[in-house]
Amino acid sequence: MPRMNATRRHPVNFTLNGRAVSVEVENRMLLSDLLRHEIGLTGTHVGCEHGVCGACTVQIDGRPARACLTLAQQVRGSDVRTVEALSPNPAELSPLQAAFRRHHGLQCGFCTPGILMSLDTLLRETPDADRDEIREHLSGHLCRCTGYASIIEAALAAADELRKEEKTNA
Amino acid sequence: MKSLGAAGGLIGRPVERIEDAGLLTGRGRYIDDLPVRRDTAHLAILRSPHAHAEVRAISTAAALALPGVFAVLTGEDVARLTRSMTVGVKANVECWPIARDRVRYVGEPVALVVAENRYVAEDALDLIEVEYETLTAVVDPEKALAADAPVLHPSLGTNLINERSFGYGDPEAAFATAAHRISIRIAYPRNSCTPIETYGVIAEYDPAEDAYDVTANFQGPFSIHAVIARALNVPGNRMRLRTPPDSGGSFGIKQGVFPYVILAAVAARVAGRPVKWIEDRLEHLTASVSATNRVTTLEAAVTPEGQITALNWDQLEDCGAHLRAPEPATLYRMHGNMTGAYAIRNVAIRNRVVLTNKTPTGLNRGFGGPQIYFALERLVHKIADELRLDPLDVIRRNLVPGDAFPYRTATGGLLDSGDYQTAIDRACAEGGLETLRQRRAIARAEGRLYGIGFAAVVEPSVSNMGYITTVLSPDERKKAGPKNGAQSVATIAIDPLGSVTVKVASVPQGQGHRTVLAQVVAERLGLSMEAVRVNTELDTSRDAWSIASGNYASRFAAAVAGAASLAAGRIRERLAAIAATQLNITSENVDFRDGKVLDRNNPDNALSFARVAASSHWAPGTLPDGTDQTIHETVFWTPEQLEAPTATDGINSSLCHGFIFDICGVEIDRTTGQVRIDHYVTMHDCGRILHPGMVEGQVRGGFAQAVGAALYEEYAYGGDGSFLTGTLADYLIPTVMETPEPLVLHHETPSPFTPLGAKGVGEGNCMSTPVCIANAVADALGIEDVQLPLSPSRITGWRHGEERPPSKPLDAKPAATGASGERMLTGSGSAEVSATREAVWAMLLDPNTLKAIIPGAHEVRKVSDTHFRAEVTLGIGPVKGRYRADIRLSDMVEPEAVTLAGGTEGALGSGRGTGRVTLTETTNGTRIDYRYEAAIGGKVASVGGRLLDGAARVVIGQFFQALARHAGGAPSLANGLIQRLMAPFRRRG
Amino acid sequence: MKPASFDFLCPDTLEEALAALSQGGPEARVIAGGQSLVPMLNMRLARPALLVDIMRLEALRRIETSGDEISVGAGVRQAELETWTSLGRDLPLLAAVFPWIGHVQTRSRGTVCGSIAHADPSAELPLSLVTLGGWVSLRGHKQKRRVKADDFFIGMMATDLAEGEMIEAVHFPRARPGSGYAFREVGRRHGDFAIVACAAVADERGLRLGIAGVDDRPRVFSLPPLDDSQFDDAINDIAWSLNARDDFHASARYRRDLVRSLGRETLKEASRCRA
Ligand SMILES: Cc1cc2nc3c(=O)[nH]c(=O)nc-3n(C[C@H](O)[C@H](O)[C@H](O)COP(=O)(O)OP(=O)(O)OC[C@H]3O[C@@H](n4cnc5c(N)ncnc54)[C@H](O)[C@@H]3O)c2cc1C
Ligand code: FES
Ligand code: FES
Repeated sequence: MPRMNATRRHPVNFTLNGRAVSVEVENRMLLSDLLRHEIGLTGTHVGCEHGVCGACTVQIDGRPARACLTLAQQVRGSDVRTVEALSPNPAELSPLQAAFRRHHGLQCGFCTPGILMSLDTLLRETPDADRDEIREHLSGHLCRCTGYASIIEAALAAADELRKEEKTNA
Repeated sequence: MKSLGAAGGLIGRPVERIEDAGLLTGRGRYIDDLPVRRDTAHLAILRSPHAHAEVRAISTAAALALPGVFAVLTGEDVARLTRSMTVGVKANVECWPIARDRVRYVGEPVALVVAENRYVAEDALDLIEVEYETLTAVVDPEKALAADAPVLHPSLGTNLINERSFGYGDPEAAFATAAHRISIRIAYPRNSCTPIETYGVIAEYDPAEDAYDVTANFQGPFSIHAVIARALNVPGNRMRLRTPPDSGGSFGIKQGVFPYVILAAVAARVAGRPVKWIEDRLEHLTASVSATNRVTTLEAAVTPEGQITALNWDQLEDCGAHLRAPEPATLYRMHGNMTGAYAIRNVAIRNRVVLTNKTPTGLNRGFGGPQIYFALERLVHKIADELRLDPLDVIRRNLVPGDAFPYRTATGGLLDSGDYQTAIDRACAEGGLETLRQRRAIARAEGRLYGIGFAAVVEPSVSNMGYITTVLSPDERKKAGPKNGAQSVATIAIDPLGSVTVKVASVPQGQGHRTVLAQVVAERLGLSMEAVRVNTELDTSRDAWSIASGNYASRFAAAVAGAASLAAGRIRERLAAIAATQLNITSENVDFRDGKVLDRNNPDNALSFARVAASSHWAPGTLPDGTDQTIHETVFWTPEQLEAPTATDGINSSLCHGFIFDICGVEIDRTTGQVRIDHYVTMHDCGRILHPGMVEGQVRGGFAQAVGAALYEEYAYGGDGSFLTGTLADYLIPTVMETPEPLVLHHETPSPFTPLGAKGVGEGNCMSTPVCIANAVADALGIEDVQLPLSPSRITGWRHGEERPPSKPLDAKPAATGASGERMLTGSGSAEVSATREAVWAMLLDPNTLKAIIPGAHEVRKVSDTHFRAEVTLGIGPVKGRYRADIRLSDMVEPEAVTLAGGTEGALGSGRGTGRVTLTETTNGTRIDYRYEAAIGGKVASVGGRLLDGAARVVIGQFFQALARHAGGAPSLANGLIQRLMAPFRRRG
Repeated sequence: MKPASFDFLCPDTLEEALAALSQGGPEARVIAGGQSLVPMLNMRLARPALLVDIMRLEALRRIETSGDEISVGAGVRQAELETWTSLGRDLPLLAAVFPWIGHVQTRSRGTVCGSIAHADPSAELPLSLVTLGGWVSLRGHKQKRRVKADDFFIGMMATDLAEGEMIEAVHFPRARPGSGYAFREVGRRHGDFAIVACAAVADERGLRLGIAGVDDRPRVFSLPPLDDSQFDDAINDIAWSLNARDDFHASARYRRDLVRSLGRETLKEASRCRA
């Protein structure tokens, strides 16, 4: 692969929410900016651009990661998933999202997409995640509105639901 | 009205929020998500690295020449197109949104760049060169009052911008006859509720109409609209201000976006295209807005039983570098209830407002409350300690009695309703105070540190827009004309298909206003919530609004929802009249249920709501005589209780007064000093609860922020005014791990003054929780003088005795950097070299040698024999930056000693330092001894504080190491640290 | 807060990466997980001319056990080592350490070697490597060398890495039966960099205590047995020898106090595990 010049845009190909995308970006373009401003998926939020707040969290190859600490060029060939892909269809909420609504797990909603992306990975990998594991995953996110309690309740309720779902499917 | 909220109604039910489906699926529309015109450019702001400096020159040519840059503006460019912002007190100062000839705080805007995107705009910032002449900074409000303190605004001649004294009742007599006089001194720190979404502005200018159109995530109060329009030199109708549908939290903070509204508007005008600015987190923490820090001395006159007969407040409020509207409102917001929950009839107050070299202050959740209650509730605990009483008894003895409401306070407030005694009794019983006391006894018996604290707090809501004029003297007020009230407004509109839209000017920041309004209006009109749509976007050129509009002072539930209910009531009345004729009944018998308008006595006699509702559109001629249209109803509501200040400075500063009583049990780790909140009870009386889930959310969210203020968060400054907490790794917002879950209790006494009986609820814990935790910590440690934030290091500092000395004396003393976060570095070293003293001396005066030994120097110019200028690249690890350095030699004793004083300036920040070099003759040549003192400021200090000291040490070390090498020697430093360090830093050709 | 521009190279081979690094000189940098570098790029504290992305180099993405050593390649993310099945058995100290490094969401991207290369004086992985007596494999365009961890860290974000060199792998000595390990940390919040972190090893050679967060690099010390009368003096002298500094998070005194208390606790615990 040749050295990519700073002054020009260069192609990057990856999978975004299940679809192949191909865009041209400057080397310095952050994944958060690419998603929001080039592609137009504004569900991923930006709150600090230094990795602490968690608002920009997306899934890269199935793992929660900070879009603000990822150069667009670093996701070439990767599978990126954002909050826009969480619900099965636009008119329906996933069990996790629905639990957030039921338990008032959000107020301003700015931190929420990032939190959903982290919890979604956790609950997919550990459907019987307990309060401590949920707190551990949540600790990478700052929420200024809720005081977190309702988020934990929502996550626990979603875990319950998913376990039930799994049982009926099994 | 009492029928509202009854069983079966929508009000008071924890329904799911209308807002959530969109927000949960990534379809929120926050400011940075909104579509913009295709030619929209992006704004970036160059900010001052200095706390106090004259701006000598700004060179923008290189920035302007960068491809993709449309405009570069300096303070003078902005000033040409605007006027100074209005200042809220009579004082000879100007207040600009950008520095002109002087910078007064780190982060103050100095220049603006408009470019095709934010990346390029920031590239251009790097190319702007500013020449500063630094001035001494003052950050401590008390020091700012000293006669020899540097004065921030020469036109003012002093830093004391306002002072007023007040007397209510007869405090002198009460103190003269008091059995005890007990006082406390508090320094409340700076902090901020920092929303996760930062500021954002999209601005456009239409030269044809000389009109601005700005969208900003501003939260109100819209009194600020007047400030903006005046500053932009246009009538209010040419300053269109809009808000986006969603906002990522505010907590008061987004009031502070308004200076940027002005800057972005001017930038758009100059650039000739729309301009968008999204604040970044560094900018936000450094320079958005902060709560005030305040030094308070509070004294009480007390009877032997603990009855407080008088209070004497002495408050010194630090508003930072400029007094920005609506400041000094933080100091006056609580003026009507300076006696908290207590019936104290005699009060003396001295209020002083001082300016210092820190970020200007503004609205912040709790607004003035945390500062007041920290003093008052600490004092109550101290009274208990000194008189050997139980703090709970002292609280109870002084409470406003339950039968005294509405209660007029000494300072003029009117407490609308409450039953403080019962609320406290319930909190103690249901909150498990006895268990907590047992736990404390057991813990103490085991030698553990356990404490219990309380706080009783009156939470004001729905501000009187006139309270701020209490800062003026009665005479000044008379001249200016009365200011009072708080207009809230709601509009209900019905479209031709008969569906209902509610519009309010409440500018929600995540509190679910749309849901609550749908509940209220749907219930009034007998509709399902889905049948009502609510629009909370505000557009000053189309919507009904007033100066009181906006989302602050917890006014939504009490005032805005009330106005919506009134508007719905009026529409309902008219619809009933219309329906009555069609149903052939009297309008008293018309009922609204399930989307129908029907005969109360014969439900089968019914019409569809939509049909009746739409008739004003389709068949206005069929409306009964005297019945007005039902297409549009706007209600303005202002409570009569909000009167202007009286001639004797009495002020009812707020309409509603909720009550909070908190109990907290903490345990402190003996070794680490970490505070663990073992149990927290918070009892709230917020009047009628409109939506339990949302009230719960407000309480818990406020509580979490208050835990932050109590234990973690501080906007910290160095003694030189450098800002030390520029990242979220240093400004410590609690995560879920640091946020305990409080037990939330409610005791409802509806407000008689609001349409729905509701009061505000969002701010109370920001007032009660910091002091409640502090009281518990003081109880655990058995000390009086506690300071926020209660960091483990601070707590162990209060506890620890003499430190065990090392077994043998240390070689080098540990560096003494100023304790209170002052970023001063000191150090020393020595080297043996083979050159003679004279030769070394000559090197120090020779630009060529200096070039070789100054770390990273590209060029050294000799300005005079004792003055050099250099261009250097300095760095550590990946952190690297280019600086201009200025070096002066003084106190020269040839060839023995010289003082080198230097300053560096660059994009990453600035450094200042002095070093004394002494040269001693030895048998083999010369010994060079050096000792230095250095300070670093600017961006690096704000964001890289933790890594900085080492970096500076390395650079300074390099200089002397290079000098030594140059003079033919090796440094005698332990483990060759410097040698190894040299490798990555070696100058490149 | 947007990065200045830079050239970018995503090499297919290690040789290509090394050639680029050596050509690029001090203006070229490796980018691994980006969890420390990208914040610095965003703040424009770092302005490299060239970034070389090493995460596609398969050869670097391995965790290997050979004899008494676990080698972790430069492409191994922290989460990968954290979930490595033999971690609890072979590197019990690291198993205790990982939950303290940032957050799930940063460990998913950040690499083990990146943390070593970054050399933050509070970082847990450099502390662990030094305490365990590990090694760092450095690779340049022409040369290859192996450096003792304790010699690798020089100061604040400063290491023995020479221009054009990169870390190829780091090597942790594998836990031996009969050894005890312990780790304690005090930070302001969960996931924050440590104010003080202590790691201890107790084995047949005696007691070793590693300390991060105080001096400008992780430091490791050998100590007399716990019940020795000189133990308290020894740990007190260690606390004094670390050049503790005041900042607004913690005073120097507080840091020394923590060294004394956490140091003692970790050593006790390590000794207990050993028994
Ligand atoms: C919010 C947050 C919290 C954090 N908390 C902690 C914490 O508590 N403890 C902790 O230890 N860390 C913490 N970190 C840092 C994290 O562990 C980083 O991942 C790690 O320090 C760097 O690894 P990286 O792979 O991301 O390296 P990068 O960021 O890619 O690189 C870091 C530096 O190392 C260099 N580098 C990387 N790899 C190599 C190599 N193979 N050879 C030569 N040079 C190389 C780079 O050039 C760069 O200078 C935190 C980070 C964030 C964002
Ligand atoms: S924006 Fe990425 S973590 Fe805050
Ligand atoms: S809901 Fe507002 S920040 Fe979490």
